[in-house]
Amino acid sequence: MNLDARIPAGPIAEKWSRSKFEMKLVNPANKRKHTVIVVGSGLAGGAAAATLAELGYNVACFCFQDSPRRAHSIAAQGGINAAKNYQNDGDSIHRLFYDTVKGGDFRAREANVHRLAEVSVDIIDQCTAMGVPFAREYGGTLANRSFGGAQVSRTFYARGQTGQQLLLGVYAGLSRQIAAGKVKMFNRTEMLDLVVEDGRAVGIVVRDLVTGKIESHSAHAVVMATGGYGNVFYLSTNAKGCNVTSTYRAYKRGAGFGNPCFTQIHPTCIPVSGDYQSKLTLMSESLRNDGRVWVPKNKADIGKRPDQIPDEDRDYYLERKYPSFGNLSPRDIASRAAKEQCDDGRGVGPGGRGVYLDFRDAIKRDTEDKVREKYGNLFDMYERITGENPYKVPMRIYPAVHYTMGGLWVDYNLQSTIPGLFVLGEANFSDHGANRLGASALMQGLADGYFIIPYTLGNYLAGVNAAQLADPKGAAFKDAETDVKGQIDKLLAIKGKRSVDSFHRELGTLMWEYCGMARNKEGLTAALSKIPELREKFWKDLTVLGGAETLNQSLEKAGRVADFLEFAELMCRDALVREESCGGHYRTEHQVEGEAKRDDDNFCHAAVWEYKGAGNEPARHIEPLSFENVKLATRSYK
Amino acid sequence: MSTMNLTVHVWRQKDARSPGKMVPYKVSGVSEHASFLEMLDVLNEQLIDKGEEPIAFDHDCREGICGMCSLMIDGRPHGGQAGTTTCQLHMRKFKNGDEIYVEPWRAAAFPVLRDLCVDRTAFEKVQQAGGFVTANVGSAPDANSVPIAKEAADRAFEAAACIGCGACVAACPNGSAMLYVAAKLTHLHMLPQGQPERLHRAQAMVNAMDAAGFGNCSNHYECEAACPKDISRDTIALMNRDFTKGTFAHRPRDTKGDGAG
Repeated sequence: MNLDARIPAGPIAEKWSRSKFEMKLVNPANKRKHTVIVVGSGLAGGAAAATLAELGYNVACFCFQDSPRRAHSIAAQGGINAAKNYQNDGDSIHRLFYDTVKGGDFRAREANVHRLAEVSVDIIDQCTAMGVPFAREYGGTLANRSFGGAQVSRTFYARGQTGQQLLLGVYAGLSRQIAAGKVKMFNRTEMLDLVVEDGRAVGIVVRDLVTGKIESHSAHAVVMATGGYGNVFYLSTNAKGCNVTSTYRAYKRGAGFGNPCFTQIHPTCIPVSGDYQSKLTLMSESLRNDGRVWVPKNKADIGKRPDQIPDEDRDYYLERKYPSFGNLSPRDIASRAAKEQCDDGRGVGPGGRGVYLDFRDAIKRDTEDKVREKYGNLFDMYERITGENPYKVPMRIYPAVHYTMGGLWVDYNLQSTIPGLFVLGEANFSDHGANRLGASALMQGLADGYFIIPYTLGNYLAGVNAAQLADPKGAAFKDAETDVKGQIDKLLAIKGKRSVDSFHRELGTLMWEYCGMARNKEGLTAALSKIPELREKFWKDLTVLGGAETLNQSLEKAGRVADFLEFAELMCRDALVREESCGGHYRTEHQVEGEAKRDDDNFCHAAVWEYKGAGNEPARHIEPLSFENVKLATRSYK
Repeated sequence: MSTMNLTVHVWRQKDARSPGKMVPYKVSGVSEHASFLEMLDVLNEQLIDKGEEPIAFDHDCREGICGMCSLMIDGRPHGGQAGTTTCQLHMRKFKNGDEIYVEPWRAAAFPVLRDLCVDRTAFEKVQQAGGFVTANVGSAPDANSVPIAKEAADRAFEAAACIGCGACVAACPNGSAMLYVAAKLTHLHMLPQGQPERLHRAQAMVNAMDAAGFGNCSNHYECEAACPKDISRDTIALMNRDFTKGTFAHRPRDTKGDGAG
């Protein structure tokens, strides 16, 4: 497997501009002869589709929802980082770069992260020009807030709906290109396989989710921006439809999968309330700007009403343990600290799996109205879900699966190990290392889609003969279609007793227990024997009612869960081999006084997995990481 | 924790061409803390156990922001709790023994695909007609170079909070999409970036709305009451003003091109 990252030469601050100049261009007349497939319509995919169409390429864009505006980027709440330094508080491109590398616990590629920080400033300009209504100061300039892992205010926001507003900006641009005939949009259409011919990605096989029809589409290049795989845990903050299918199928066709065990647990989610629970809801990290996290100091106080526990009997454990970052400690650290308090028997709420996020002091300081203006929609959402009023009673929160840093391996140009297959946004592994900082996912999605892929894809297409478009009736497409149809028929033919959801829940419980917030050799080994057993049961006892050629939501879910059942094994395998703790990957064997203990001598690399066929163990390759601009150091937020 | 037993009457329809009907189902052991969609999940699991095909319904984020979920519950879009989508409606709003009626959006422009799923492509057409600022990537000036009054940015945001669910259309006796269209126009027209194309946009989107089969407004304001994001009907007044102005002032875009060779 060729893992040449193709990092441009030169000083870090010049790599991207130098690389942009050195990249080959496609002249305007030739651009319109090229066709590009974009899978996914979120911030990364939607931005890529619209921007490539603006440049003149013919784009076909696919999403499984009924409109591109519903991609899961829409649900991002808190904000988007950019090194504008509008607050004059010491921010710079280099500082954003530094914070992101450090926040990722030194497991991301320096050159990619620096480029991300560089283009961050252009993103805010572009979004504003598209009419994104960012929060403003009275004088008319843009407002900022703080987020975890940073000591500057560099987060731009639109109340608690930043992802929505950014995605609507992207959707507007995409709609303009659809109207112009440059993007052909396929809604309610799911990618089920990648087609590779002569070693290059040349198309995809999709299923029309309304008619059930299987179809092939060919192109000169395929761009995948299909999000993360957090739903392998069943319960996560992801939308119900989020899945690993497209990236996993690409992996099975030869794309290397990078760091699958790097998953992020978000510290502030509404706790689980019962076994009917279908998803977990995030309460934005921005709340930690003003909310204080605590549990009772004494176990005896657990059942008491929070307002009956005086300050001296409260343990504001983040402020105690990490005085310089306090409640704004990074997500992995805040999550583990919450688990630690609950494991110690001082958790609150049902099952003792919760901690308080308290706004009492902020309301006293700033008034309830001020707090409402900043976080009103989040407070309302909390009240609708729990039936409790967070202006009066502290919120109860608990960590939940939120984001996946792992994804398909890509080089500096965002190309996977399959030439012609490019991967953007959460679907790739590139910028966040072992832990993502808050407000950086939106930044990465838009950076990839608006500002990076338009250059790097051109560089690839300049070397592709536009006259040679793969034949969607050719052998490679027919084989892939046969595989896809074969799997659908197989799922429908099992006719067992158990529903798809029952298997998905069981897998989720298993993954949360053995491959969740804390992992160890014993648990991961157990998971590696339990997952194949569950998979076997799935293929024996699943029931999917209804047919293939109709809108059949059970069938859609069954295909996704079938892939999760294979992918889960890859995650555990990756977690087992990585004998260190870094970022969101916490191995209980590797710690110093409860803090993660990295092993740079043996694991300062990205692990990239290569599929070796059904029934064979995948091969683990490595891309060594070198740190020339940020000194490798133990992360400290104390 | 208290649980309840309910009778849920659900619209079942095989596909766009087949006739549909209401079918009553008993669902038992529903927690008061479950969301409405989780109640349907529980019902679906019970149906699958009995070998009956589960009910198809649209949903995705389940946190009230994607706009995918879309149910008429007891005759009211999203169930009638103020400012709430179906996925955020919780069963504590119902009581043991309730009979609940669940239907898809009813509007000529939104044909039923199956059971409770409808086709909202008509919204896409309206959006594509003009719901954007023409600003190619790379052409933007510094974001702080144009100050925008906080009040204007706030009003733009409040209109932009629309999630495109279609509750306004479903609530309207005329099946009108005016609140949806007006929300988008107001969002862009509150901002300086939206001004250059303002009148053209109002004309294009309103015309597309008519062409897509939506009805007209006759001032019932059911849309505003049903909107899960509390979008104000004032936006409609702004739309009407821009549309009327556009009728006089607007010239169709010159596409001949006077290129300088």
